[in-house]
Amino acid sequence: MPKALHSLLLALLLLLPLAARAAGDADYFIAAKPNEQASLLQGWAAQPDPARLELLSSLQQGRLGPDDSRKLRLNNRLRGLVDNALASHRLLSDDARVRLAAAQQLQKSAQPAQVAFLDRRFASEPDAAVHAALGLALANLQLVATDPAVRLAAVRLLGETGDPMARTRLESLLDPSVETDPTVRTAAETSLAQVKRKLLIGELLGQAFSGLSLGSILLLAALGLAITFGLLGVINMAHGEMLMLGAYSTYVVQVLVQRYAPGALDFYPLLALPVAFGVSAGVGMLLERTVIRHLYGRPLETLLATWGISLILIQAIRLLFGAQNVEVANPAWLSGGLQVLPNLVLPYSRLVIIGFALCVVLLTWLLLNRTRLGLNVRAVTQNRNMAACCGVPTGRVDMLAFGLGSGIAGLGGVALSQIGNVGPDLGQSYIIDSFLVVVLGGVGQLAGSLWAAFGLGIANKLLEPQIGAVLGKILILALIILFIQKRPQGLFALKGRVID
Amino acid sequence: MNQPLLVTATQKAGPRLTLAVGALVLLVLIALPLLSLLPAGHSLQVSAYTLTLVGKILCYAIVALALDLVWGYAGLLSLGHGLFFALGGYAMGMYLMREAAGDGLPAFMTFLSWSELPWYWAGTQHFAWALCLVVLAPGLLALVFGYFAFRSRIKGVYFSIMTQALTFAGMLLFFRNETGFGGNNGFTNFRSILGFEITAQGTRAVLFLLTVALLAGSLYLGWRLARSKFGRVLTALRDAENRLMFCGYDPRGFKLFVWVLSAVLCGLAGALYVPQVGIINPSEMSPTNSIEAAVWVALGGRGTLIGPLLGAGVVNGMKSWFTVAFPEFWLFFLGALFILVTLYLPRGVVGLLKKRGEQ
Repeated sequence: MPKALHSLLLALLLLLPLAARAAGDADYFIAAKPNEQASLLQGWAAQPDPARLELLSSLQQGRLGPDDSRKLRLNNRLRGLVDNALASHRLLSDDARVRLAAAQQLQKSAQPAQVAFLDRRFASEPDAAVHAALGLALANLQLVATDPAVRLAAVRLLGETGDPMARTRLESLLDPSVETDPTVRTAAETSLAQVKRKLLIGELLGQAFSGLSLGSILLLAALGLAITFGLLGVINMAHGEMLMLGAYSTYVVQVLVQRYAPGALDFYPLLALPVAFGVSAGVGMLLERTVIRHLYGRPLETLLATWGISLILIQAIRLLFGAQNVEVANPAWLSGGLQVLPNLVLPYSRLVIIGFALCVVLLTWLLLNRTRLGLNVRAVTQNRNMAACCGVPTGRVDMLAFGLGSGIAGLGGVALSQIGNVGPDLGQSYIIDSFLVVVLGGVGQLAGSLWAAFGLGIANKLLEPQIGAVLGKILILALIILFIQKRPQGLFALKGRVID
Repeated sequence: MNQPLLVTATQKAGPRLTLAVGALVLLVLIALPLLSLLPAGHSLQVSAYTLTLVGKILCYAIVALALDLVWGYAGLLSLGHGLFFALGGYAMGMYLMREAAGDGLPAFMTFLSWSELPWYWAGTQHFAWALCLVVLAPGLLALVFGYFAFRSRIKGVYFSIMTQALTFAGMLLFFRNETGFGGNNGFTNFRSILGFEITAQGTRAVLFLLTVALLAGSLYLGWRLARSKFGRVLTALRDAENRLMFCGYDPRGFKLFVWVLSAVLCGLAGALYVPQVGIINPSEMSPTNSIEAAVWVALGGRGTLIGPLLGAGVVNGMKSWFTVAFPEFWLFFLGALFILVTLYLPRGVVGLLKKRGEQ
C-alpha cells in the first residue's frame, strides 16, 4: 500500500511541471498563425510527448482544453494534422487496442518526419497485431526512401496486406518516372496482384454477407406468409404492414423507455420483441376474425381485401406518426462491427439479426412439430375437411396460425428497425420479395422458405454490383418464372392427392 | 321488400331500359367534346379540365374492361395491367417526344448528354410505327409471359403475385435514367400530334371521341366474345379448369388469347391516355395502380361487361373529388371499399341489380 501511494505522489510531482508546459503549449498554439500551427503539429507528431495528449484530444473536439472556452478555428488540413499527431501520441498508450487504432490511423496519415519515431516504436512493440500494423505504416513511408533495398522490403511488406490503401500506393509505383529502380517495380507488380486478390476475396465475402443479411430479413418476412398461405391458401397483402407495425412498436417502446427508464435504454430492443410480437399478432388475429374468415374459398378476393387493410393501416400510421421516417437508434451493443479483413467489416446489428432469424426459424419449427397447435396446423394444411372431421377446431387453428404468422412478421419489424429506415411504407418495399420467397420455396414448408430466402438474398446481392440492382431483380424474376416451369409447387412441395 | 327506386325500375323495364340508358350515356359522351368546342364563356361550354378528366376516366374504363375479360371471364386476376397500360403510353409518348423535339434529341436525353438515340427509339418519329409499338410492346410481353405462365399452369394467387412482381420490375426498370425513357420524370411537355397542337380544343375533342370509339369497340368485342363459344369455354376455365381439360380442351390457347387481347386493349388505352393527360411516368406501373384497377372491376361486378365501366367511373370520380376535399382520408375510403366490396358485394353493383331483377 505505501508503495502505491509513493508512486502516485511521485507521478503527481512529475505531472505538475508537465501540466504547466501543456498549458503553455495551448497558449502558444492559439497565438500562432495557421501555417505555424501546422508545423507545430507536425513537430509534435514526430516527437510525441504524453503531456500533450490532453491538449490534442481537446483540439480534436475543437477546443483548447476541457475547461477552456477560447474560440478555436481549425481548417480541414489542420484537423487532419491534429488527428495524425493524436494518433502518434496514442502509440505511447498502455492499452494495446488504443495503440492498434492509432497505428491503423497512421497507416493512412503518417508523414515522412515520423519515420524515426515509428521505427523506434516498431522495434519495441510487444503486441503482434500492433506490430504488424506499425510495420505497414512504416512501409507506406519507406516507399519513398532513398535506399532501393528499403523500398523493396517495403513493397514486399505491402503485398502481404489486403488494404485498399496499399493498392493505390502500389499502383503509383508502376510508373517508371515515380519509381526508377526496375526490381522494385517488378516487386510492386507482384505485390499489387497479391493485394488485388485479397481485396477481391474481401469484396465477395462482403457481398455474400449482405446477401445473408437480406436473406434473414426476407426469411422473417416470408415465414409467416408461408404458414398462412399453406394453411388458408390466401396471400395476405397486409403482411408487409405487420413488419411495419413491429418496427413502429419498437419505436414506441424506445420512446417510452427513454422517458420512464433511461437507464435501461440499452436493452429496449429486447423489450420491444414481445411488444411487437403481441401487437402484430393481435392485429393479425383481429383481421382473421373480422375479415379473412368470411372470405374462405375465395383466395383472389381475400387478396384484394387484405390489400385494402394494408392501405388503411399505412394511412392510420401516417396520421398517427407523420409521413416522415421516425428515428430508431441502435443501442451501443449493436453498433460497431467486426473487422474481419481490411476491407470487410461485419456490423454487429446484422450479425445479431442473422442469428435472431435462425432462432425464430428454430422456434417456429419446434412449435409446428412438437406442440399440439403445430400438429393441428399441419393437419389443417394437409386436408382441412379431414382435420375438421377428426375434431380439430379449424376456425381456432386458423386464427392462431394467422396470429403466429403476423407475430413473426412483427419480430421481423424489430430486426428491420435496427438496420433500416422506419417509415409508413416500410412493408411495401419487402412484400414483393417475400411473395417471391413463398413462390420459390413452396408453401407450408419451413425448409423451403429458409433456402428460398437465403438464396434470393444472396443472389440479389451478388448480382447487384455486376449488373446493377434493377437488372439483377429483373433477372431473378425471369429465373423464378423459368424455375416454376420445372417445379410449379416450389422447391419443397407437399405431396397431396386433392384435385378439384 | 323495400328496395331503391332504381332497382325497381331496372327490374320492371329490364333490358330495354339498360339499352336506353346506354344510348343516353353514349350520346352525352359524344356531345361532351362538341360542347367543349363552344366559345369560352358560353353557358353550355365544357371546360378543358372536365373533358380531360372524363377522357382519363374513359381510358381507365377500357383498362377495367380489359381486366374484366381476364379476371371476370377467365378467372385470372392480373395485378400487372398497369404495366401494359404504361407500355402503350410510353410507345405513344416516344412519338410525341420526337415530334416535340423536332430533328434534335428529346430534352431529357440532352440533359444526360447523350449524343444519339438508343436503338429502340429508331423509327419512333413515324406515327404509324408508334401505333405498331403501342400494340406490339404490351402484346409481345404478354405473349411471352403468358406462354410460360400458362404452360406451367400457374393460376390463382400465384399468377397474381407473378404479374405484380412483373409490373414492379418494370417500374424499377423505367425509373432508371439509363433505360432511356426519361427516368423518374418520364415524358412530358408534348407539343403536337400529327402536326396538330396537342392542347388545342379541336385536338382534345378528337382524342376524346377516339377514346369513346375505342371504349365502344372494346365493349362490342367483349360482348361478342362473351356470347360466343369461346366465352363459354373461358367461363368453364374459370369455374373448373380440370373438368374442362377432361372434356378434351387445351386451356392454354384460350387463356393466352384472352390474356394478350386484354394486354393490347390496355396498351391502346394507355396510348390515348398520354396525349390527353400530357404526362407518362413510371409511377403508372406501380403495383398500387394495377391493384386499384381490380377494385374498379370488383365494385362494378366482374363477369359482366357494364360493371367494370361503372366501377371505373364511380371510383375515379370519387377519387378526384376526395383527393381535393379530404386528401388524407382517400386511402381509408379506398381501403374500406376494397374490404366492403369483397365482403358484401361479391358480384358487384351490377350483380346486385341482376339478382334483385331475377327474384
